[in-house]
Amino acid sequence: MDFNQPATENPADRQRVLGKSTPRIDGPLKTTGTAPYAYERHDVAEGQLVGYPLGSAIAKGRIVSMDTSEAEAAPGVQAVIRTTDMDVLGKFQMNVVPLFGGPEILHYHQAIALVVADSFEEARAATALIRVEYDEDETDGFDLAARREAALEQEGEIEQEVGDFETAFAEAAVTLDETYTTPAESHAMMEPHATIALWEGEGNLSVWTSNQMVAWNVQGLCDVFGLNKENVHVDSPFIGGGFGVKLFVRADAVLAALGSRETGRPVKVALPRPMIANNTTHRAETIQRIRIGANEDGTITAIGHDGMSETQPGGRGENCTAQTPVFYAGPNRLIVNRLVDMYLPEANAMRAPGEASGLMALEIAMDEMAEKLGMDPVEFRAINDTQVDPGDPEKAFSERHFVECLRQGAERFGWADRNQEPGSRREGMWLIGHGMAGGYRGAPSTTSAARVRLQPDGTAIVETDMTDIGTGSYTIIAQTAAEMLGLGVDKVEVRLGDSSFPVSAGSGGQWGASSSTAGTYAACVKLREEIARRLGNDDASALEFADGKVTTGDRTVPLTEIASDGEIVAEDTINFGDFREKFILATFAAHFVEVAVHVGTGETRVRRMLAVCDAGRILNPLSARSQVIGGMVMGIGAALMEELAVDTGRGFFANHDLAGYEVPVHADIHEQEVVFLDTEDATSTPLKAKGVGELGLCGIAAAVANAHYNATGVRIRDYPLTLDKVLDRLPTI
Amino acid sequence: MAAGNPAAKFIAGGTNLLDLMKLEIEAPQHLIDVNGIGLDQIEETDDGGLRIGALVRNTDLAADERVRRDYGVLTRALVAGASGQLRNKATTAGNLLQRTRCPYFYDTNMACNKRAPGSGCTALMEGAFSKQLGIIGTSDNCIATHPSDMAIALRLLDAVVETTNGSGATREIPLEDFYALPGDTPEVETILEPGELITAVTLPAPLGGVQMYHKVRDRASYAFALVSVALVLQDDGTGRVALGGVAPQPWRMTEAEAELPNGAAAVITRLLDGANPTEENAFKITLAERTLAAMLAEARG
Repeated sequence: MDFNQPATENPADRQRVLGKSTPRIDGPLKTTGTAPYAYERHDVAEGQLVGYPLGSAIAKGRIVSMDTSEAEAAPGVQAVIRTTDMDVLGKFQMNVVPLFGGPEILHYHQAIALVVADSFEEARAATALIRVEYDEDETDGFDLAARREAALEQEGEIEQEVGDFETAFAEAAVTLDETYTTPAESHAMMEPHATIALWEGEGNLSVWTSNQMVAWNVQGLCDVFGLNKENVHVDSPFIGGGFGVKLFVRADAVLAALGSRETGRPVKVALPRPMIANNTTHRAETIQRIRIGANEDGTITAIGHDGMSETQPGGRGENCTAQTPVFYAGPNRLIVNRLVDMYLPEANAMRAPGEASGLMALEIAMDEMAEKLGMDPVEFRAINDTQVDPGDPEKAFSERHFVECLRQGAERFGWADRNQEPGSRREGMWLIGHGMAGGYRGAPSTTSAARVRLQPDGTAIVETDMTDIGTGSYTIIAQTAAEMLGLGVDKVEVRLGDSSFPVSAGSGGQWGASSSTAGTYAACVKLREEIARRLGNDDASALEFADGKVTTGDRTVPLTEIASDGEIVAEDTINFGDFREKFILATFAAHFVEVAVHVGTGETRVRRMLAVCDAGRILNPLSARSQVIGGMVMGIGAALMEELAVDTGRGFFANHDLAGYEVPVHADIHEQEVVFLDTEDATSTPLKAKGVGELGLCGIAAAVANAHYNATGVRIRDYPLTLDKVLDRLPTI
Repeated sequence: MAAGNPAAKFIAGGTNLLDLMKLEIEAPQHLIDVNGIGLDQIEETDDGGLRIGALVRNTDLAADERVRRDYGVLTRALVAGASGQLRNKATTAGNLLQRTRCPYFYDTNMACNKRAPGSGCTALMEGAFSKQLGIIGTSDNCIATHPSDMAIALRLLDAVVETTNGSGATREIPLEDFYALPGDTPEVETILEPGELITAVTLPAPLGGVQMYHKVRDRASYAFALVSVALVLQDDGTGRVALGGVAPQPWRMTEAEAELPNGAAAVITRLLDGANPTEENAFKITLAERTLAAMLAEARG
């Protein structure tokens, strides 16, 4: 199906199943421990061996020698795979650093060997017996701040240049020029990377893995090993969190495949938790200079955002200016991005790449600017709203209700009763503050296919290689098919994550929900057409599907009867047409937060938070809310505690386990409220839906930071806002 | 068996030992399971105190009515530690003997004098991450901290560790003397002899007063202390103070406690006299002072 014009009224609008809060259909499997996660798929291949990886002990250099003799002689060991025994393997285009092969070391904990043994304990013990000698390279260091000066002298990549920023900024009545930093962050998903691989014959590879993008995983394995797509099978039905770190093929799958190729038996590999932060990817550290100029009335006249992040050579770092070209109005604009090459582990996508970091800076800057102007920060944002691309006024937002988010949020939160003077409200030992911020995240949708199989018993099966990374994909896809075919959700079985199924958009960039349901819609439309044809009616839209029956004219036929001669199968792909290029598709939020900061210790606790979201039609309010509150939790982490600590002497992230890398725990999370505006976006998909999986994270950290300032009167511009940064500026006790 | 075999270790809750074994930081050849040998009761002593069996679980100790009533600082310290699941497993003796959470101790690629004597201390090298680490009682060879919360309260309460060895000889070791400062031998953490087993920890008669424990950290739970302060404050303004998160052992000094009537700054100045922090953890001095000041303000209402 080609989606070549904005959606008009269609069967998905009935909202009998879609739009209704529906508990996740995979929930019982997960709560009973019966959802098959990759590492526990003992039944998929017999005789599984266990591989344990070894990571590099240095950041940059090369291996001079690797002695594996003791490991090879250790009990239970079946094979030792050494990076020095092969040329560097191929690389999927989205990966920056090759995953294995050759003596060159580009980052700490880069995989350099795999021990395959009969048991996990034997493999692990033998791995510790490998002796490696390195020749370390001198580098330009691992401290982004120390390298900033030199980087600023280089030409940056101009993302947007409109009008004459420098002149407008110099002439502005009120100006702000501040620099903000965000640290490197780790995805810290619950399930580590894990794969069982079986290599058969000359190059038939099957992997049971945990990966967000099945088709990319197939392509990645083909690129790494020089295989043909038809010979690679990937299965990833359940994923215990990804947040972007499982978008591309990673070392677990490559090592498991190598182990299986060597031993001729299935081999499973999970990355040990202490290896994940440095072996895999992270959100890059950023330094962001923001300049805003405005008239006395608060109208922005100039906006400049100069972002800098670290990356491995050839990588993309963190595009922290992503939102700034279009989030607020202003006739003079200069948005620049800079990359600093560094041999830290690979920087790559983490939930809301770009906006999550960018809004952490921009939305503090907006708060500071509002204060300089003596304006309510809600009002300051509202008057600088734009309905078009400020750099290209011909290009409009398909739907943008940001001001409504701001207004409703202020009303519901009780913004009028907020603490107005920073550092002035106290309850016992706690300073109380209120803050808000805007949220923005693009809403891409992309090609996605599905197959729908109407069964003789009147139930339906949906098959697509879409993944459910804990987001609720299973459920919204079931809801879509149920809506289209007039069934209950319990009459729809959804099968995901298998590369033999039609290729979907996968899970990433908050495009999964809108794209995969649109693909399912397309397949269902095709199925409805086939049913219409069988009923002798060419106009499928004249059919009414309800309660397991289809009605045409005065004739009502149960689906069981229609499929009584055997299942009816329909498959289709949603393709998005060029007409959408005239529009910006995006989602918006307004975040409001109340924090308490301990006057003695600087400990910060978020007491309540509210997000009002404009994210198109909400397919499943229950799972959508879960996505948003999950993002808000992640935002508390970003604001108050999450930081990969760079050991700048040795070039690695030192706090590389879940004890050292702190993410919020239950005790950090108090009242959370989410409101979805009733907005449909006909430009987005036939279902008029957009993604919401990343929006909850966008802007929230800045809202916490602004509330922290409001509580303490101390402005912190370096995330996370840990207590050591505020301690010596708190009031005397 | 334990005495004759240096590669043997006792295991009780295993909440730290198993983590270390998974990383091959500890690689005992024999584990001697001491669960089920008794030592799991809390008894009243003749002098009005409590004898806590070595295998009393942290959860049970924290919940004991006598502990909650008479040794509030101990219950508060216990529940500030770890998580409910870990406290259900962790034992009194094991808690005392848990090892540092210094990131360089945990990363076997890195030099660490505690893990590999003589290899060096990465935490003290240029560019190292040392925010969590110690500021006093440390040495040029090691700046690790002891991670226990329970031990801070026990130190405040003048607890005594009771042990036995393979030949049946027993010792009573005041907790004050139990830990060894790192000096040139950071791998030696206590004065226990090989094979010596903790059987109990005794508490003297209750102290009364207002008892508080404030564990400061960036998240609300399930994190090791940046600084923790245990406090007993009597009506007359005298009291006791012990610090966690700053040293290789619970940090307490009677001379510093004598300064309590003069306020938090006076106490901490004395208690942390001679501190040698890194650039990253110098804030712990201010933090200790401000935390104590806040506690004193609260205790005095």
